Amino acid sequence: MSARTVLFALVAIAALILPRVIYPILAMDILCFALLALALDLLFGFAGLLSFGQAMFLGGSAYTTAILVQDYHLDGALAIVAAVLYATLLALAVGMIVVRRSGIYFAMITLAIAQIEYFAAINWSNITGGENGLPMTTRGTLFGLSVSNDVAFYYVVFVAVAICFWLVVRVTNSPFGTVLSAIRQNETRAVALGYRVNRYKLGAFVIAGALSGLAGAFYALANRLAGLEMCDWHTSGAVVMMTVLGGSGTIVGPAIGAAVYELLNYFVSSTALGRETDLVIGLVFAFCILAFRQGIAGGVLSIPWRKTST
Amino acid sequence: MSLDYIAAQVFNGLASGAYYALLALGLSIIFGTLRVINFSHGAMYMLGAFGAYYGAQVIGLPFWAALIVIPIAVGIFGMVLEWFVLRRVAQNDPIYGLLLTFAITLVIVNVMTLLAGTLGSPYAIPDALSGATNLGFTYFPTYKLFVIAVSLGVCIAAWLVIDRSLLGARIRASIEAPALVRAFGVDTPRLVTITFGIGVAIAALAGVLAAPTTNVLPTMGDEIIIYTFAIVVIGGLGSITGSIVAGFLLGLLQAIGAVYYPPIATTLIFIVMVLIIWMRPSGLLGRPESTR
Repeated sequence: MSARTVLFALVAIAALILPRVIYPILAMDILCFALLALALDLLFGFAGLLSFGQAMFLGGSAYTTAILVQDYHLDGALAIVAAVLYATLLALAVGMIVVRRSGIYFAMITLAIAQIEYFAAINWSNITGGENGLPMTTRGTLFGLSVSNDVAFYYVVFVAVAICFWLVVRVTNSPFGTVLSAIRQNETRAVALGYRVNRYKLGAFVIAGALSGLAGAFYALANRLAGLEMCDWHTSGAVVMMTVLGGSGTIVGPAIGAAVYELLNYFVSSTALGRETDLVIGLVFAFCILAFRQGIAGGVLSIPWRKTST
Repeated sequence: MSLDYIAAQVFNGLASGAYYALLALGLSIIFGTLRVINFSHGAMYMLGAFGAYYGAQVIGLPFWAALIVIPIAVGIFGMVLEWFVLRRVAQNDPIYGLLLTFAITLVIVNVMTLLAGTLGSPYAIPDALSGATNLGFTYFPTYKLFVIAVSLGVCIAAWLVIDRSLLGARIRASIEAPALVRAFGVDTPRLVTITFGIGVAIAALAGVLAAPTTNVLPTMGDEIIIYTFAIVVIGGLGSITGSIVAGFLLGLLQAIGAVYYPPIATTLIFIVMVLIIWMRPSGLLGRPESTR
């Protein structure tokens, strides 16, 4: 068994007992953000594309879910499908523009495009509820079954998120994933080898968008709310921090990063700092960038756990 | 809708373009030498505004003095930050510079929030600049004309320094070939620190100028930094002239767009950015070889 498999198993066990240890809604938030950070890891850790706009998928699909469940009384499963569809199509449209650029440009452009959705959400407050957001009186049903119990719903989300992690492992091990890594390492050489680099980048962007959309749907259902702060660029920034803090390119790292971020946020907010938790998180993240760039999982996995015979 | 109204909007557009141009100019100068996109540029703008506000509150610093003193103070703060912190990621992928300055932004904004609270503070327009000036066709706030004039002056001065002076020649050379410039005996690390300080000082100057026209808030840099990003992408990353031109142009476009459909004002810059990436990926005045 490789160290990574062990780490995956440990994280999965921790996730299974999580709702018994902490407030179940917080546990669900961790799962949703783990999924978002996983999507970003596929983009940044593998394709080398730092998206600073993942919140546009989270927010938009949260609104879609809230509207369909609250106003149209649709089954949660259908609302989730619709939300993922929204995020996928949005990722396709946005992706066609942003994959023309890489590196620092990619980050700035995704950040700016996400602001278009944010301002649209403020502007069309008759649809989005503006500053109040869209509260949902009920979580509705999922495949006809009631999911009002927080712990039960947590395990539904857990299974879905676990499948997504497995999918991303499969994607990164596929020839497609290998090309993504090649693009990260040397885009010019990948082009020279005859790969249609932009199509691969678009593929990664769309998969990441779909995963982020799923996270948004679950996030809305878990909190029974879709709101402006989900489209806010601070949320995009938080996802970036979770991914890098946990260890980008490790797949399991983003889950650890999401848990560390959310728990840190939770505990710091109960201190004298109150809502200014970003002060501590910013310092931790700055330290991470300066001294610990491979992140938590990257650090754990770089330790030679077994003596290798030479 | 009268032509006079459009003409007044042109001046309003130039006034907001004045801030964009100053911020984009500083961001470009920094990116050119340091290869870092300074995410904390918006926070430096905010610090400029707070510097003016607290300067007036605590020691009665007049606006005219604040215009000089505050940018220097924030510039020194920036140089310290560059020397002790940013320097460490200078040799890495520029992405890490962006991430580090993002973390710094969070720290600065949250410290300011703890100190000043989330409620905005007003800052008075100096007497000499209050009131309106007759432009012939309409009366326009004198203060906004002053902002346009200062911004144009700073932009022209920056252009002259970079294009004509020895310091400018060294800055341009170290953008082109940093190793060679070092080989000629120029102290490039010091040059980089000075440039970062100048860029940040210009952002702080924009903040001092903004203090009398907006609420001074810890989060006041949060949105303008993203507009500035879009503007430097439109102008061409690393092109100083491009940044200045795009700054004024986009301010103008935003104001004119708002005449026809007010809600577009918040997003027009981003829409233009998308069109530019589509048609001219390197930006208005960017060079094609620097597209990636």
